[in-house]
Amino acid sequence: MIDLASPYTYATITLVVLSPVIGGILMGIDRRLTARMQSRMGPPLMQPFYDVIKLWGKEPFIASSLQPVLAFGYLGFSVAAFALLAFGQDMLLMIFTMAIADLCLIVAAFNSKSPFSNIGARRELIGMMSYEPVMLLAAISIFFVTGSFMVDSIYEINQPLLMFLPLTFLALIPILIIDMKKSPFDVSGSGHAHQELVRGIYTEFSGYTLALVELGHWTKVALLLGFASLFWAQNIVVGAALAFALFFVVLVIDNSYPRLDWKTMIKTTWIVGFLLIIANIAGLIARMVILS
Amino acid sequence: MKWMTKARLKSPWVIHFDCGSCNGCDIEILAALTPKFDVERFGIVNIGDPKQADVLMVTGPANKRNQHVLKNLYDQMPQPKVVIAVGECACSGAIFHNCPNTLGGVDKVIPVDVYVPGCAARPESIVDGVVLALQKLQKVSEGEKVE
Repeated sequence: MIDLASPYTYATITLVVLSPVIGGILMGIDRRLTARMQSRMGPPLMQPFYDVIKLWGKEPFIASSLQPVLAFGYLGFSVAAFALLAFGQDMLLMIFTMAIADLCLIVAAFNSKSPFSNIGARRELIGMMSYEPVMLLAAISIFFVTGSFMVDSIYEINQPLLMFLPLTFLALIPILIIDMKKSPFDVSGSGHAHQELVRGIYTEFSGYTLALVELGHWTKVALLLGFASLFWAQNIVVGAALAFALFFVVLVIDNSYPRLDWKTMIKTTWIVGFLLIIANIAGLIARMVILS
Repeated sequence: MKWMTKARLKSPWVIHFDCGSCNGCDIEILAALTPKFDVERFGIVNIGDPKQADVLMVTGPANKRNQHVLKNLYDQMPQPKVVIAVGECACSGAIFHNCPNTLGGVDKVIPVDVYVPGCAARPESIVDGVVLALQKLQKVSEGEKVE
């Protein structure tokens, strides 16, 4: 499956190792674009890297001895999920590895007595509950096109996936909003100042554990945008442009909506996500029936 | 270490604590985040969590009710950290000087690095105060001894 002789394998390994860096640059673009949308100058592109390097040099304050292990787990499992995507492995396995990464973060947040951190962790669990079924259903709708859950099989079809699954692509928007912790679904903890939960799920992290969590978060953003780029897998440039367009839409939504409560988050994600993807699958089946 | 110093200077995260100020200085601090002054271009972010902050900005005179909260916040911040007293009240107590319920300046409770005068302190002078605080942070980061 993995051919050690081909240069392609080494390029993929480099991509996986650099996945947090890709995510970091995306976060820099995010902060700059957000600032421009609010008619500000915005920080330099490398700002997220300065933040993480600074956090690494802070005095370690550790809330519980399990926390650093789980912070490493969050980063490790995020990178593992990215590796599964980059090497063209099973999509379901990728989604579950991502869930384990998130679980590491949630357990780390539950591992302290701080009520802010606890409520943040609970809300993160609700966030997972909102987007995981939609993500799984998106994988199932890809299965209807390619006949396989392997990412590799997407490269083998002749037409881009977007031609078959335009509505599934739209259903990725709420998933990305929840996972990037953007308004209106940033209930579990956001980067913006003066949230009602201080920093929500991130409250108890500081110093290098927070740096690890940030790196893990960037990797997850890179992973989800990589998944979005699969919708035009035939041409990598168009695929990247497609993923960036999705990213831009998420930023526009972030800057135009206030934070909503968790009930609205579940309702919106489930209703919009399920309806879009089921309509798409029904369309595919109808097309098959007409063509046969 | 050069990298670390540069990163520290490029990303000071600020926590803002109001020790009973009249809100004049608080509004000016928040004004510095708005498009006109936009301190985020220097990487300055207003963050609510003392465990993740580098700079503590205090407004208002320290008093007997909240000195423990102030001390606690200061203790929760990991090193290296700097404290900025914003406004006359935080610097010396100003018009509340010698009042029975106040202690005077914030420096009666925690060590203060930079004093920003003004009633209310202007956003320009607050940004200037942060720059002064960063110079101190640079000295600390490079291992120099500061009083």
